Amino acid sequence: MTIVNEPSLETTDSPIAHLSREDIEAIGEELDAIRAEVIASRGERDAAYIHRVIKTQRYLELGSRAVLLGSMFPPAFIAGTVGLSVAKILDNMEIGHNILHGQWDWMRDPKIHSTTWDWDNAATAEGWKKAHNEEHHTYTNIVGMDNDLGWGLVRVDEEQQWTPRCLIQPALNFVNMLIFQYGIAAYDLKLGDNLRVPKEERSEEFKRQLQGTLTKIRKQATKDYVVHPLLSGPSFATTFAANAIANLVRNVWSHAVIMCGHFPEGVATFELDELPENETRGDWYLRQMIGSANISGSKAMHIMTGNLSHQIEHHIWPDLPSNRYAEVAPRVQAIFEKYGLRYHSAPLPAQVYSAWHKTVRLAFPNGWWETTTKRNLPSQLRLVGKIVKAKGKNRLRMLKELEARAAAR
Amino acid sequence: MTATAFPTRPATGRSAAWNRLGERLAARAERIANAAVTPLVPADYLDLFHPLRAGADLRARIVSVHPETRDAATIVLKPGRDWAGHVPGQYIRIGIDVDGVRQWRAYSLTHGPRPDGLISITVKAVPDGIVSNHLVHRAKPGTLVHLEQAQGEFVLPPDLAGHKLLFVTAGSGVTPVIGMLRNLFPVTDEGVVGLDKLDPRKGALDIVCVHIAPSRPDSIFLRNLEELGRAGAIDLVARYDDQHGVLDVDVLGELVPDLAERTTYACGPAGLLDALAAHHETNGLGLFTEQFRASTVVVGDGGTVRFEAGGLEIETDAATPILDAAEEAGVLMPSGCRMGICFGCVLPLKEGAVRDLRSGDLIVANPGESDGIQIQTCISAAAGACVIDH
Repeated sequence: MTIVNEPSLETTDSPIAHLSREDIEAIGEELDAIRAEVIASRGERDAAYIHRVIKTQRYLELGSRAVLLGSMFPPAFIAGTVGLSVAKILDNMEIGHNILHGQWDWMRDPKIHSTTWDWDNAATAEGWKKAHNEEHHTYTNIVGMDNDLGWGLVRVDEEQQWTPRCLIQPALNFVNMLIFQYGIAAYDLKLGDNLRVPKEERSEEFKRQLQGTLTKIRKQATKDYVVHPLLSGPSFATTFAANAIANLVRNVWSHAVIMCGHFPEGVATFELDELPENETRGDWYLRQMIGSANISGSKAMHIMTGNLSHQIEHHIWPDLPSNRYAEVAPRVQAIFEKYGLRYHSAPLPAQVYSAWHKTVRLAFPNGWWETTTKRNLPSQLRLVGKIVKAKGKNRLRMLKELEARAAAR
Repeated sequence: MTATAFPTRPATGRSAAWNRLGERLAARAERIANAAVTPLVPADYLDLFHPLRAGADLRARIVSVHPETRDAATIVLKPGRDWAGHVPGQYIRIGIDVDGVRQWRAYSLTHGPRPDGLISITVKAVPDGIVSNHLVHRAKPGTLVHLEQAQGEFVLPPDLAGHKLLFVTAGSGVTPVIGMLRNLFPVTDEGVVGLDKLDPRKGALDIVCVHIAPSRPDSIFLRNLEELGRAGAIDLVARYDDQHGVLDVDVLGELVPDLAERTTYACGPAGLLDALAAHHETNGLGLFTEQFRASTVVVGDGGTVRFEAGGLEIETDAATPILDAAEEAGVLMPSGCRMGICFGCVLPLKEGAVRDLRSGDLIVANPGESDGIQIQTCISAAAGACVIDH
C-alpha cells in the first residue's frame, strides 16, 4: 500500500489498518444494500433520462454539423465547433462509456445495449470493453495488473520501477492528452506489447482486433476530415478545422477527467502480495473506495464527465445507471466517514493539478525531490545523469542509495 | 422502388438507363449518408423526426385507449408505413417499455382491416400481468411501441358474417382458440362484450366449441370458455374422458348435429388432429388445424447455459425457462408470447440438452452435427450444460 501526502494512521501508513475484518465485511454489506435498493427502483425515470441524453446529443451533433456547413462565417464556425465538441464529449462520456459498461442493459432495448453500442471514438467498443471493463475494473490500482495505472506510459506510483524513460513522461503524457482517442485505441490493443512480438508470431486475435481498430479509425477520420468538409463545399477548410478542434477538445477533456479518477496524490494503489489471498466482496469494495477520486462540481460538470466525477461510486458499482451515482453519493460518503476513510473529492482544477503534479514528481526516481534543494540542484541533476547512464544492478543500487538518503533525512 | 412497380410501361433502353442511373445515385447517397454518421446509421437520426416512416424498423403509435370495462381496454394503434396488413385471427407482437424495460407480448388483432389504416388489440389486465396491466391502465396516446408484422396461420375467414363455425380444442389446444374468441368477444370482469356480433340483423355468427380433456381442469382458459358459453357467445360442448369416456371423432356428428354446415377449426395433439383430418376427408368437410401440446411438465435437471456470442454463462433450474433466466442475467433476448405459440424467441441450441416445459420432451443437440437445433427459449429449460448461439 502506498499513500503519499497522507497523514499516517497510528503506527502504519495504511489508510485501512484501523479496520477489523468485521468492519470490512460490514462495509460490504452496507454497500450491497444500497446497490440492491437502486436496482429495485430502476425504472421509467432512469430510462427517460438516458433517452433524453441520447436525443439531446443527436440533436446537438446534427445541429452543429448543419451550422458548420456555413463555417466560413466566423459565428457559424464558433457555434458549430463548440456544439460539436460538446456532442462528442457527451457521446464518449455520459453515453458511450456508461452504455458500454452495461449500465443500461436492464432496459432490454437492443439499440441501447452494451453488446450493440458503438461510440464516436477510435477505440472499438469490443476492445475497450475488454481492457476497461474486465481488466481495469477488476484489478483496479493493483501495480503490475492494472494497466490503467499510467497506461504503461506514465509512472504514477512509487512502487512502479523507475526507468530513464520516466524523465520524459510529462511530455509523453502531454502528447497522449492531445491524441487521447488513439492512445486509448492503442492501449486497448496492448499495442506496445504486441508490436514487440515478431510479426509472424503475433496472435490471430491481435491481428483481427488491429484490423478492426484500423477500419474504425479510417471510418472516423473519413467522416470528420473528408465527408463533412466536402459537404461544406466552400467551407471545406473551416469545417475540417472545426472537426479537428472538436476531436482535440474531446481528447483533452476526457484525458483530464480520466486522470482525475485514479492519479491524484493520495489515492491508494496496491501490491498484489499485500492483498488478501481470497479477496471478499468487502475487500474488493474497499480497494475501489480508496483507489478512486471524485470531482466535485455542478450537475453540468457531472454530465460532461459522464458521471466519472463520481468515480468512487462508479468504481464501487460500475454497472449502476450513471444518473444514480449523484443520488447515492451522500450515503456512500457517510460510510467513508463512519469507517474513518478518506472520501477523496476536489474540484476539477485541483484534481487535474494533483494528477499532473504526480506525473512530474514521479518522472524522477524515488527520493530525488526529497534530497534536492535549490543549492544542490546541479549535483542532483548530475546524479540523475549518472543513474541514467548506469546499467542493470548498478542503477538499482544507485536508486536504492537515493531512497535511503531521503529516508535518513 | 424498382422498375417492376410500373409493369404496364415496357422499359425502353433510355428509361432503363435512367433507372440504372437513379439506382446508382441512390446507392451513392446512402454510402455518403452512412459515412457521414458512422458509427451510427442514418436511421438513428431519421428516427428522431419520423419513426413511422417507410424503411424504419416497424413501430406503431398509440392513437387511443378505449376502456371496455374496469379491467380491459382496446388499444388503437397507427402502424408504421411498412405495415403489411393482416387477416382476422392473426396476432401481432408488440414491444413496449414498461418501467423502462422493453417487454414483448403477442396479442390477437381485434378487428378486420379498417378503412383508416389503424389496427387494434383488446387487452384484459391479468393479475400480475406486467404488460396487460400497463396497456389497460397506464398506456397513453402518443406512446411509440415496437411492432412485428401480423403472424398466424390459424385464421378466421375475413368476413365472418353468417358463418357457422366449429372449434375442436383438446387440452391446452384451447389457447389459440381463446385468442380468436377473445377477439370476437373480449372477456372482462364485467362479462363478455361484443355480443352484437350474434345479432341476426348483422348476419348472426354461430359458433360451437367442442372441448376435450382427460378431466375438467381448473384453468383460466377453460373458465373463459365456460364464461363465453354462459354469455351465449358460443355453444360449449365439454367432453371429459373421466366423465364421458374417451371421445371417438366419429360421434362428432351426434354432438354437433349441423356439423356439415360448419367450418371446423381444430387445435390439439397430433393424434386427435390426424383422426379429425381422416374423418373430415371421408365426409368432405372443411378443416383448419393447429397443433398444440399439453401442459407444463418439470423434469428434474437444470444446468448452465452459455451464450456463445456474448460469452456469458448462467445457471438455471429445471423449472425456469431459459428466456426468463437469461433476461434476469441481463442478456438481450428475442421474445414474444412467452407461452410457446409465436416462435418469436427461437434461438439455435448448438450443444447440450433442453427440456420442453410443456411436454417434458428432451431436445438434444450434438456439437458439430448441425448448425444448431432451433429451440423456443420461452418454454425450454436447461437439461445439463447448454450452448446457445446468441
